[in-house]
Amino acid sequence: MSIYFILTQLGQGFLTTILIFILTLLFSLPLGLVVSFGRMSKIFIIRTISKLYISIMRGTPLMLQLIVVFFAPYYVFGLQMGSSFRFTAVIIAFVLNYAAYFAEIYRGGIESMPIGQYEACKVLGLSKSQTFIRIILPQVFKRVLPPLTNETITLVKDTSLAFVLSVVEMFTTAKQIAASETTMLPLMIAGVFYYIFNLIVALSMERMENRLNYYR
Amino acid sequence: MKVLEIRNMKKSFGDLEVLKGISLSVNEGEVLSIIGPSGSGKSTLLRCATMLDNMDEGDLLYLNEFAAKSINGGNSIYSSKDDLKRIKKTFGLVFQNFNLFPHYNVLKNITEAPILVDGISKKEAEDRAKSLLDKLGLANKSSAFPYQLSGGQQQRVSIARALALQPKLLFFDEPTSALDPELTGEVLKVIKELAKEKMTMVIVTHEMQFAKELSDRIIFIDDGIIQVEGSPKEIFSTDNVRLKDFIGKFANR
Ligand SMILES: Nc1ncnc2c1ncn2[C@@H]1O[C@H](COP(=O)(O)OP(=O)(O)O)[C@@H](O)[C@H]1O
Ligand SMILES: [Mg+2]
Repeated sequence: MSIYFILTQLGQGFLTTILIFILTLLFSLPLGLVVSFGRMSKIFIIRTISKLYISIMRGTPLMLQLIVVFFAPYYVFGLQMGSSFRFTAVIIAFVLNYAAYFAEIYRGGIESMPIGQYEACKVLGLSKSQTFIRIILPQVFKRVLPPLTNETITLVKDTSLAFVLSVVEMFTTAKQIAASETTMLPLMIAGVFYYIFNLIVALSMERMENRLNYYR
Repeated sequence: MKVLEIRNMKKSFGDLEVLKGISLSVNEGEVLSIIGPSGSGKSTLLRCATMLDNMDEGDLLYLNEFAAKSINGGNSIYSSKDDLKRIKKTFGLVFQNFNLFPHYNVLKNITEAPILVDGISKKEAEDRAKSLLDKLGLANKSSAFPYQLSGGQQQRVSIARALALQPKLLFFDEPTSALDPELTGEVLKVIKELAKEKMTMVIVTHEMQFAKELSDRIIFIDDGIIQVEGSPKEIFSTDNVRLKDFIGKFANR
């Protein structure tokens, strides 16, 4: 069995891994902001629902959430979903899960903003949305970048959980080859892939942090 | 003409009655200083006057127009949002700790509000900002970020930011209290310049000498009420025991 064979096989899985990663970030980053607004809402019912949502998402295993999302259409609505739903279910579960973590990170950032920034805006006559979008959010973004980096790196590794719904990403592929060929090599190579992937993620986040270092 | 009038302003935080009925007015071109021990309610008074906080009772008028009104001595009712938005353009506020926007350079700190609130063009806003920076001795700082400036420079920028909206009245809440002693002079100098130009100002300060030189009138607040009000001369030759005691503390420093 050649390295070339392993690489091409893993390459397929790797694309799935990247796809899960990108789609999850794409939807969970904005959704997290919405959830964090809900969590900080003045309206009791919205705040409570958001709190409960965050607590469940963070308090139960992602693996279980994947299974629940996959079977929910059948058990709740009696809908028979095709096997193409597997990938969609993976994305939905990842997005819901990561949005909860991101929401708490955003909330921490927003609540850490000094009240004086809001008061300056108010006295200058800026509207609430102008205040948030132009003054608060850019500063919050800088503050939350380090914890966001941590979550993003965890996400890269979490993508392997997609195997629960038989979505064949890189780690699953590696395991399959390893089992059929009785060699550790594919797993080692997969490890290297994850590592390099995360290195790239970490480096790009670091670059972004450096770019925001023009002010303190 | 009265730029600001406050009638019987009351404000409590829970059980703590901070303002127990403050009345004052400020005429156009006048400089009013407010002195008093710390915790006596000076900031609360400015915060209620600038509507950062809502007062409980009393009237608040700018240019003879009601921003809030106490009907039959009851709770203050504030005017409509649109009216308040217009009324708020009458005044500006300079904070003790500047509250500049750290992610904007000096120029953008100053131009942001005029562009967004007054809807003037970027060009016009920048011209206005630059002439203000010139005037306040910061001409070469327009592209600096707040963290690159000394406290005195930051405070001057925040004064420029408030002036850029061309308010009729400027409030200052201890504008030099957060500054090292050697930096207070440059800020006080700027405020003196404004006074010369007949800018209407209400200044909370612990700088007694400054208040004495600059003010048309001084108010001494303690225990949530105006204990003494008068010209600098009257204030510094007072018979009032509390005020004497208070001024004495500063003379001995
Ligand atoms: N938001 C608040 N909540 C509760 N108490 C407050 C609040 N703001 C001010 N106070 C209290 O009101 C009193 C007056 O405060 P302040 O107006 O800041 O005094 P000064 O500016 O004269 O030092 C103080 O006892 C202070 O602790
Ligand atoms: Mg104060």
